[in-house]
Amino acid sequence: MRLTDFFQHLVNALSLGGIYALIAIGYTMVYGILRLINFAHGDIFTYGIYFAFYGVSLFLLPWWVAFILSIFLTAFLGALVERIAYRPLRDAPRISALITAIGVSFFLQNFATVVFGGRAKSFNPQTGMYPTFFLNVLNIAGVKLRVLSLITLGTIAVSLLVLVWIVYRTKVGMAMRAISKDIPTTRLMGVNADRIITFTFMIGSALAAVGGLLWAMTYPQVYPFTGVIPGLKAFIAAVVGGIGSIQGAMVGGFVLGISEIMIVAFLPSIAGYRDAIAYAILLFVLLVRPSGIFGVEVSEKV
Amino acid sequence: MRRYVSLVVLLISAALIFAAEITEVRIGAGWEMTGPIAGFGQMSWDGVKLAMKLRPTVKIQGKEIPVNVILLDNKGDKAEAANVARRLIDVEKVCVILGPCTSSCALAAGAIAEQKQVPLVTNTATNPLVTQNRRFIFRACFVDTLQGELLAKFAWENLKARNVAIMVDVAQDYVVGLANYFKRAFAKYGGKFFEAYYNTGDQDFSAQLTYVLSRNPDLIFMPGYYAEIALMCKQARELGFTGNFLAGDGADAPELLQIGGKFVEGLCYTTYFHQDADLSPKTKPFVEAYVKEYGRRPDAFGALAFDAYNLVLDAIERAQSVDPVAIRDALAATQNFEGVAGTISYPPDSGDPIKPAVIIQIRNGKPELLTVVRP
Repeated sequence: MRLTDFFQHLVNALSLGGIYALIAIGYTMVYGILRLINFAHGDIFTYGIYFAFYGVSLFLLPWWVAFILSIFLTAFLGALVERIAYRPLRDAPRISALITAIGVSFFLQNFATVVFGGRAKSFNPQTGMYPTFFLNVLNIAGVKLRVLSLITLGTIAVSLLVLVWIVYRTKVGMAMRAISKDIPTTRLMGVNADRIITFTFMIGSALAAVGGLLWAMTYPQVYPFTGVIPGLKAFIAAVVGGIGSIQGAMVGGFVLGISEIMIVAFLPSIAGYRDAIAYAILLFVLLVRPSGIFGVEVSEKV
Repeated sequence: MRRYVSLVVLLISAALIFAAEITEVRIGAGWEMTGPIAGFGQMSWDGVKLAMKLRPTVKIQGKEIPVNVILLDNKGDKAEAANVARRLIDVEKVCVILGPCTSSCALAAGAIAEQKQVPLVTNTATNPLVTQNRRFIFRACFVDTLQGELLAKFAWENLKARNVAIMVDVAQDYVVGLANYFKRAFAKYGGKFFEAYYNTGDQDFSAQLTYVLSRNPDLIFMPGYYAEIALMCKQARELGFTGNFLAGDGADAPELLQIGGKFVEGLCYTTYFHQDADLSPKTKPFVEAYVKEYGRRPDAFGALAFDAYNLVLDAIERAQSVDPVAIRDALAATQNFEGVAGTISYPPDSGDPIKPAVIIQIRNGKPELLTVVRP
């Protein structure tokens, strides 16, 4: 393998892993607080893309207005799902909430099929979804770097910094960390636990929307099942990194992205079974280190 | 008491006589209406809807009987396709089934139809295995053995390709099959080729394409479906590929252009139908009716679904019955059926018609007719 090819693979891997990381954080935050695996997260990601798509194509908004609006709408959708589907089950056995999450996921997919239609919509500059220069490609010593990849990595870095700031430097973040340890005691301290949980869902969903928009710009289409595979992959990333840990989700996302791409790069003949490889990594981590890479540091849970 | 018995007998026999009279012809349709290849099913259904509007009844024993088409969605999933076939036969009591579009789904649905002895006519499943050793399965399109040879010839002679990268979807019978027939024919010309693999629903092909480009192909052949083809064209161009793209009939959907945009410019592919191709005297009236109904250009999937519907209605009229086995025999005896995408005749013991193919190139964002190939 030529060195330029290797770096090309690395660039591809970072832009893929970064999006996984963004979605994985949503899983891990909700799990950290409620011990709930929110399987509807991948579909919330899909809705983030649809909101932006209709913002531009139906309401003729400039792309950046539609994107910001979509992030807020998706955050509210996440809060709505929590309010309707998960809050009534707060004291139910954990398995009930898990099955409800799967139900919500199916509902969102089929609702999107009915309302938005089953055919794929295109997410392209020629329909005004984002500026054309995003598609430009820089050639750095033979390695092709898309402007979009740079934007993706930059957005991911900014999103993660904001997230870390919220969790570790604000009162809400402190309340989130407290709730992840012990909800009843946190309530005794005068914290409105339900509000903090809603807020957590909003942050997770907003990050899913950001991930969704970056995804849709890179792979320019959206259909009701767009989020299923990225959602599953991000779930794997969260588990690999140690579910409940934000650092773990970030690292897990990049680990998964890099291993998926590198396995295809070094063993092209098994590239068709790339998803199987992701699941094999999941199984391996669960066997060798069930708590994930960052799982031991219980005090880091959010 | 005896009076009641005779009354009951009378009522039952009346009910039997009434039931024996055919009040409607129930035709099943199972297509890919949602999922990653929803475009195929939706286009096919549009074709059937138009066909139903133009020909809503079928003449059996001197009476015009209304046709009722029951549509179910198989989501582009093999297991669902089998479920759809089972439900259409067992619950909806249809006498013949239209669809599915893709070979993998048609194989799954065909196994059920064959076992339950109900004829199934797929509009566009091109893999040879779909009809092989099956008595009840027919198709309205050409077969991939032919398409593979045609594509190899076109790649070698017209595109002057010598080193071809083939992108293979390991989960689709159609893709694996078409890639193999292409390879067989292309090797005969003395061309070189190599493969890269992916799975249905993949959206990131950057790793495969980086590998492909490191081996300097002059042509990328993508025997897959439009959604992946559009994404592969985009990602290949972004990685600096300057050669040609070639695809099979799976490329033929408006989404290819919407999603692929300027990146699919120049792509050539084979398909069954084009509005400018003079395939039969019925082509022109069909194009006019389609444009009037939907306000857009007709597509190959809709055209073949239109043909499949009329083919089945002709068979029912020749059989003068809604008995699935009688319809099967009438279908197998089809000779010189004039469809909008060419003539259909079934050779003895075969559900594969010999049909022309058209080659299309994307020019200025439009699928333009390049040539018609008659076998």
